[in-house]
Amino acid sequence: MTTNAWLQLALYLVVLIGLAKPLGSYMARVYEGEPHFLARWLAPVERLCYRWMGVKPQEEMDWKRYSAAVLLFSVVGFFFTYLLQRLQAVLPLNPAGMPGVEQKVAFNTAVSFVTNTNWQAYGGEATMSYLTQMAALTVQNFVSAATGMAVLIALIRGISRHESDQLGSFWADLVRGTLYILVPLSLILALALVSQGVVQTFAAYKTVPLVESLGPDTARVTTQVLPMGPAASQIAMKQLGTNGGGFFNVNSAHPFENATPFSNFLEVLAILMISAALCYTFGKMIRDTRQGWAILAAMTIVFVGLLIPCVLAENAHHPAYAALGIDQAPSPLQAGGNMEGKEVRFGITNSAEWAVATTSASNGSVNSMHDSFMPLGGVIPLWLMQLGEIIYGGVGSGLYGMLLFAIVTVFIAGLMVGRTPEYLGKKIEAYEMKMASLAILIPNLLVLFCTAIAVSTEAGRSGPLNTGAHGFSEVLYAFSSMSNNNGSAFAGLTATNWVYALIGGFAMWVSRFWIIIPTLAVAGSLGKKKLVPASAGTLETHTPLFVLLLVGTVLLVGALTHLPGLALGPIVEHLQLFAR
Amino acid sequence: MPHPKTRPLFYGPITRRAIRDSFVKLNPRHMLRNPVMFIVEVGSLLTTVLAVLAYAGRLNEPPGFILAVSIWLWLTVLFANFAEAMAEGRGKAQADSLRRGRQDVSAKKLLDPKDKLKFDVVPASSLRKNDVVVVQSGALIPGDGDVIEGVASVDESAITGESAPVIRESGGDRSAVTGGTKVLSDWIVVRITANPGESFLDRMIGLIEAAKRQKTPNEIALEILLAGLTIIFLVTTVTLSPFSYYAVASSKLGTPVTVTVLVALLVCLIPTTIGGLLSAIGIAGMDRMIQKNVIAMSGRAVEAAGDVDVLLLDKTGTITLGNRQAVAFLPAEGVSDAELADAAQLASLADETPEGRSIVVLAKEKYGLRERDIKQLGATFVPFSAQTRMSGVNLDGRQLRKGADDAVAAWLKGNGGELSAAVKRTVDEIARQGGTPLVVADRTRVLGTIHLKDIIKGGIKERFGELRQMGIRTVMITGDNPLTAAAIAAEAGVDDFLAQATPEAKLELIRKHQAGGRLVAMTGDGTNDAPALAQADVAVAMNSGTQAAKEAGNMVDLDSNPTKLLEIVETGKQMLITRGALTTFSIANDVAKYFAIIPAAFATTYPVLKALNIMGLATPQSAILSAVIFNALIIVFLVPLALRGVRYRPIGAARLLRNNLLVYGIGGIIIPFIGIKLIDIILVGLHLV
Repeated sequence: MTTNAWLQLALYLVVLIGLAKPLGSYMARVYEGEPHFLARWLAPVERLCYRWMGVKPQEEMDWKRYSAAVLLFSVVGFFFTYLLQRLQAVLPLNPAGMPGVEQKVAFNTAVSFVTNTNWQAYGGEATMSYLTQMAALTVQNFVSAATGMAVLIALIRGISRHESDQLGSFWADLVRGTLYILVPLSLILALALVSQGVVQTFAAYKTVPLVESLGPDTARVTTQVLPMGPAASQIAMKQLGTNGGGFFNVNSAHPFENATPFSNFLEVLAILMISAALCYTFGKMIRDTRQGWAILAAMTIVFVGLLIPCVLAENAHHPAYAALGIDQAPSPLQAGGNMEGKEVRFGITNSAEWAVATTSASNGSVNSMHDSFMPLGGVIPLWLMQLGEIIYGGVGSGLYGMLLFAIVTVFIAGLMVGRTPEYLGKKIEAYEMKMASLAILIPNLLVLFCTAIAVSTEAGRSGPLNTGAHGFSEVLYAFSSMSNNNGSAFAGLTATNWVYALIGGFAMWVSRFWIIIPTLAVAGSLGKKKLVPASAGTLETHTPLFVLLLVGTVLLVGALTHLPGLALGPIVEHLQLFAR
Repeated sequence: MPHPKTRPLFYGPITRRAIRDSFVKLNPRHMLRNPVMFIVEVGSLLTTVLAVLAYAGRLNEPPGFILAVSIWLWLTVLFANFAEAMAEGRGKAQADSLRRGRQDVSAKKLLDPKDKLKFDVVPASSLRKNDVVVVQSGALIPGDGDVIEGVASVDESAITGESAPVIRESGGDRSAVTGGTKVLSDWIVVRITANPGESFLDRMIGLIEAAKRQKTPNEIALEILLAGLTIIFLVTTVTLSPFSYYAVASSKLGTPVTVTVLVALLVCLIPTTIGGLLSAIGIAGMDRMIQKNVIAMSGRAVEAAGDVDVLLLDKTGTITLGNRQAVAFLPAEGVSDAELADAAQLASLADETPEGRSIVVLAKEKYGLRERDIKQLGATFVPFSAQTRMSGVNLDGRQLRKGADDAVAAWLKGNGGELSAAVKRTVDEIARQGGTPLVVADRTRVLGTIHLKDIIKGGIKERFGELRQMGIRTVMITGDNPLTAAAIAAEAGVDDFLAQATPEAKLELIRKHQAGGRLVAMTGDGTNDAPALAQADVAVAMNSGTQAAKEAGNMVDLDSNPTKLLEIVETGKQMLITRGALTTFSIANDVAKYFAIIPAAFATTYPVLKALNIMGLATPQSAILSAVIFNALIIVFLVPLALRGVRYRPIGAARLLRNNLLVYGIGGIIIPFIGIKLIDIILVGLHLV
């Protein structure tokens, strides 16, 4: 790795962690209903939203009502997104004349965007009208993210309150998160991206002359169609809200979606920014910021611990080239290492960094093709998804997933200090263990079962373009992505048949909501408990020791569950590649 | 009777019975109680069927290997059953010895409770609640009851194991007697308080036998976690089969992984170590209480003991020795030390109270004054009376008295003397230090003051320091005035005290702590302790106490030693730590097992995976078998740990966690690498694979 690479990674981390406190404390103010500068301007809009929805923001809900509200809102969102896709041919803002989206793909896409997964079984510029992109997909980019954050805030309230079964109002949390956090941030980011050359237009696709014509003389191709559209506004949100669904098929590898190294920096920063800052919000809202920093530290340790090997693996010399005596050292004229599937304007380090960021968060946008990574470079994004999208993770969902892991960790560690385990003053008992186990279990089971179905059926086996271990990696990646609400694609997989579209859609739905419900159940149960005062016999959960234990638990559960699958995919690929 | 304290861990008869019980427990209905081990049993059955098929030539796999795996899986189940049976067996042995002590005795049932001379002789088993019996010297008490008349010394060794007899008398806090104990002298009239089969002894035997053992809340929470892990590993192994078929089909190499290997992998991965030992740990926790002569009414109480945040401790007997002792003579002006000591000793010669004895001893030790015989001196003893509240001697015209300052002042006044200001100051000073002042006077002349002091038990301050490190607050309960209480509290190093404690104040204090989310433990013996005992989370009743106190508590200390509360807390913690440590160990073990089994399972399809065989195990078969054997043997090796419990030291939570993580976490990762390799070497050396 070059010094330049190290500096870029360091800069990224410094900015990411540096933003956690200011952004995190702002978000805490928003959710606690405290005054802040945006409320002065936007409070009338907020009130208007409540009036339209017919809800009273001060009317709090217990965990069951909160879950019901989340589910209701998401089901309505699903039907809206599905119908818009199906009917886009007869609706306005369709300059390219796109037909209605095919049933299976429309179903898959609707689930995908409602669940904040943004797995794309379609190519955006060849499938979706401008209206669908804006009114169906971008709207879900906002509200599915705000839903995840609302669930997190409900869990935080459950932890910080005691002897109360009220978790706040989902409608208020949804409106505030969207209006005061997601809209302003995406506005700023969209403008910044436009300044770098990302397109934002209602104009129709443009036909332009090729710089260099190609093809045989009889059928010389001299022009190409450039897809256009209101991209910047959607891209800003898909990055910030850990959605990841690209405007164009190749996602942020496309120059109109991610134009320059600076736009790349902003976009990759936006992937993790809110999720990292929410850790501080958590600390602030439970009135012990050390706890928030501890969780952030655990996430950062895993992130850095996997980022560096990924970047190293991609920068390493390819054994096949090495055998031919080809010079692979980085120089001003070549990147060195593995450039296959990567954009020249980003290079290896920024591509690997994006791959790790997008899979540690449940973002799923890409600026390079993960399928073309070295086996060890590719196993890291794959495994990060299998860890459950909790290393920063999806906005809201990453932290609530991590907090459930913290509860499991506290349980084992608490026993080892000889007390009934407690986390942040709340006793962890059978009910919490049941719900936390359930939430951790579900995505893991989905990955394994869906992959098993895919490799056992003709339709599933027809998906991957490759055979052998790499083909298996492609299938495993697809279901790891969908079952953990990530949405990134390994590429090299045809994902439109029933196995991938329908079973995948099922996996996305189950994984999202059957984690949200246990999470809210835990919130409800913790909220009702008495606060146990801390003493010298209490296990402290902000210490380096606990952080390491949490990291160990996350990695151990991830490794023990997925090692056999990984062994048959990327690990075999690596060994075969280097055995030659 | 064989006392459990002296019994070795693997006591012959218990071990033999446990081995037999291990097979009885194979009954699937019993196994279902423990989902982890049930899965192992199903796996054992499955591999046995496969082995039979293989020997019959219906399966194209090496039958010897399948049989070996099958045998070791059965052994895994048996080892786990053995652990549970051992823990139960130790309890049963204790119950048997108690039952042996209970002979069917005859009882003298009074026809009229007021007339102890008219009685029918009936078998004890026919006695009902509220029957009244008379028990004379040498007879066994026929059932639990309260003494309503008389006083007797009773041998309670059948229950407590203590040979020293205890006094039981009507009224007060020493009126409860237990069936099966023996009256050694005198007689008592007892009102029976329990029907046959409901007596204290019956319930104790029932508890010890663990027949009605219920899972504790924490145990249930842990089982949920273990079940979750088991489900994950079950799906991991089940899906490995289609993965393997796909790998074989697409790489066109080797054969898919066999069911035997998948079962072996599954059993190695699921947390069998903790799953197999979990119930043994719980039973052994109660058993350890019994070895400390404490009967816990439920496992839940033992568990709660580990969680206690506040200990309410009675001053007398727990923090201080039962009696106050003289520590200094403080003469009045114009009186020499020796003169005061001499007068004080004379005044106390006939005083047989421990305080009086301590004055005589102090005078002897400090001033070399030999003890004198009061009769030889021709002195007349003036005993303590409620009116004068003084005692002393009349000798050679001297009237020596000692007593509380106000009593002596009144007496002096009557004789025309008075308490000097200096003596008054001394008296106040002693009271302020938490001592008890006794003023010594001779008719009109004040001689000085004796300083009586509560003696704090040796080492108790350090003990409280340890408790503080464990995060447990100690509160001293005393009837003393706040001034005295504060002084003793400071000297003993307790965190807080409740002075002039009444039963109501005690109850109030417990409720206050509980409202703050704390768990409270206390000991008590008197009937007036019963409400507080019922309210406390961990309530240890003294066996010497009243029946009401025993009913209200959730533990009974047979030794009636209030200091034991500290050991009870430690035992509770130890049980939780043992569970946590073995869970960590069990999960950490899986890392090595993957490295053994994964390369072996896919050896034919992807030979490159042998790079993961970092232990260098000889063949795929030896690798799988070694992992299975290690997995089974580790249960046996950990049985002593499960029964004895992980060693507990009173250090802060952070250090405790770090130490246990090092030993059971890091150790849990490393040990199986060594163990599996060793077993592999042995298997290869014996040409078994």
